[in-house]
Amino acid sequence: MTPRSRILHIALLVFAVTAPFVFPNYTVAISVLWMMVMFSLTWDTLGGQMGYNSLGNITFFGLGMYISAVTQIAIRYDVGKYTAAYGAIKVDFTPHQYYLGLGLGIALAALGCVIVAVILSWILFGLRGPYFAIGTLGVAIAAAELTAAWGYVGGGGGIAMPVFPGPPRERGLFFYAGFVLVAIVCYLFLRWLYGTRFGLALNAIRDDEDKAEALGLHTRRYKTVAWCTSAFFLGIAGALFGNMTGFIEPLEVAYPVLTFNIFMVAMPLLGGKGTLWGPILGAVLFDVLREATWTYLLGWQYVALGLLITVNVVYFQQGILGWVRAKKPEWFGVRVEDSNVKASPARSGA
Amino acid sequence: MSALAIELHNVSKAYGAIVANRDVSLKVEEGSITGLIGPNGSGKTTLFNSIAGYHPIDSGSILFEGREISKLSVQQIARLGLVRTFQQTRIFSKMDCVHNLLIAMPHRDSEYGHMFRHYPPETVEKAERLLEFVGLYSKRRLIAGSLSFGQQKLLEFAMALMNEPKALLLDEPTAGINPTLINGLIDRLKRANEEFGITLFVIEHNMRVVMNLAQHIYCLSRGELLAHGSPDRIQNDQRVVEAYLGTQ
Repeated sequence: MTPRSRILHIALLVFAVTAPFVFPNYTVAISVLWMMVMFSLTWDTLGGQMGYNSLGNITFFGLGMYISAVTQIAIRYDVGKYTAAYGAIKVDFTPHQYYLGLGLGIALAALGCVIVAVILSWILFGLRGPYFAIGTLGVAIAAAELTAAWGYVGGGGGIAMPVFPGPPRERGLFFYAGFVLVAIVCYLFLRWLYGTRFGLALNAIRDDEDKAEALGLHTRRYKTVAWCTSAFFLGIAGALFGNMTGFIEPLEVAYPVLTFNIFMVAMPLLGGKGTLWGPILGAVLFDVLREATWTYLLGWQYVALGLLITVNVVYFQQGILGWVRAKKPEWFGVRVEDSNVKASPARSGA
Repeated sequence: MSALAIELHNVSKAYGAIVANRDVSLKVEEGSITGLIGPNGSGKTTLFNSIAGYHPIDSGSILFEGREISKLSVQQIARLGLVRTFQQTRIFSKMDCVHNLLIAMPHRDSEYGHMFRHYPPETVEKAERLLEFVGLYSKRRLIAGSLSFGQQKLLEFAMALMNEPKALLLDEPTAGINPTLINGLIDRLKRANEEFGITLFVIEHNMRVVMNLAQHIYCLSRGELLAHGSPDRIQNDQRVVEAYLGTQ
């Protein structure tokens, strides 16, 4: 690790730990920022590194949220009766039951999303390019509609989540810690992953999948595992977000196809897809802009964000880090050597 | 007679009403360099695509080392050791040359756990040796897409060797390469054949190259096998001359 990158890591860690104490009123907003970072990183695994632009990653977010909610209620009460009452039934969870339910819910959300990702990969990875994008979008919309029509999980009426056993401030810090932790684990995991053969294989699939197949690479295997890692982290994010919000319903909270789902794509594009730090940079910038437009341009916020995305896609496709990489390739380990440098390895002739 | 690497028995392939290959039978001996020639549109690349598993054939059978492969997928065939290069050179254009070669390492025995490993130093060393072999060592850290077309062809050839194939299907290896590089490439193809024992089956338009390289040549015309034999025999075969130049 270079000194410059060490400073960056330490600075971010310091910010992550101190932010909810320095800006106590923005604890939820900064929690969402960390979630956005994770959204961006997990989208980039497929969209940036592997070249498969998914428009349906929100499926795993919503699915994780609902799996967790049902699990948390089910350890104490009948889910059908609970949801049928639309929050009129107050079920008191002891702290022990609450944390047990939450832990179990998060674990099952991650597991369930991975299983669904495997099943979806059989169907969707036969598609390429725009067909894959539309296929995944279809899955997300279908998931939202199916959930809205399913009475057992509350249908369109949603579910009031079990109440956190503690004062609001403690609750905020608890979920903040959860999001920071997941974002850091996600970052470290992907950083390690991209450094292994896996990273090269994803890039090879992006550059020319037919060629990768012609070399005998197990492309299906790599695609499925990549999709599953995204599903795993998004499932956990969904579970945490549902609990932080306190009330979940299919269209606006669990499967927001036109907001979070599009932000997931827009953020890595802004920061520079296919790099490790591009999606993070993009997420931070985009989220700050999003908050700013909601505060100062209310009513026009979607126009402003839409304009940003349009300009980004039309005039600045490589994103910020992509642009920097084109200008300063040596910062990214791309070396251009003179032919007069030592021209051969120790042994020649193969 | 030595063993056969590739055998085709009455292979036919049609695209709708257009018959691209009709009853093609041929044999490629193990360790040989065999050529495949024919005018444009005579079905050479279709035949290569059939062998490499890109599309199902309508009838006939394709054997690799005595094993039926006409029902296998591209990846399965590649893992058996029958690898092809493309007419339109295909490399991983946003990755550097060393990475291009690393991804081309053999995937025959790769298991799930292997995908999370790093490349062993000997694999990296082998990649660099092969880049040296094709004369791209000094460019090993350049992004492959920035290489010239001829260099990309050499890179693709190195990738094919990295894959440790038993037989290579080369679709016009010298097309688009400048004449001074062609001799170097012929030399390297021969060395790959002699030193690594790789069977070569080569589509080639450049007659000087194919006559110089191959021990045995098949000629296709309008999807059918027209003639085959030694370079001398093919060069003097009236039917081959007519297929290329038209009847007088």
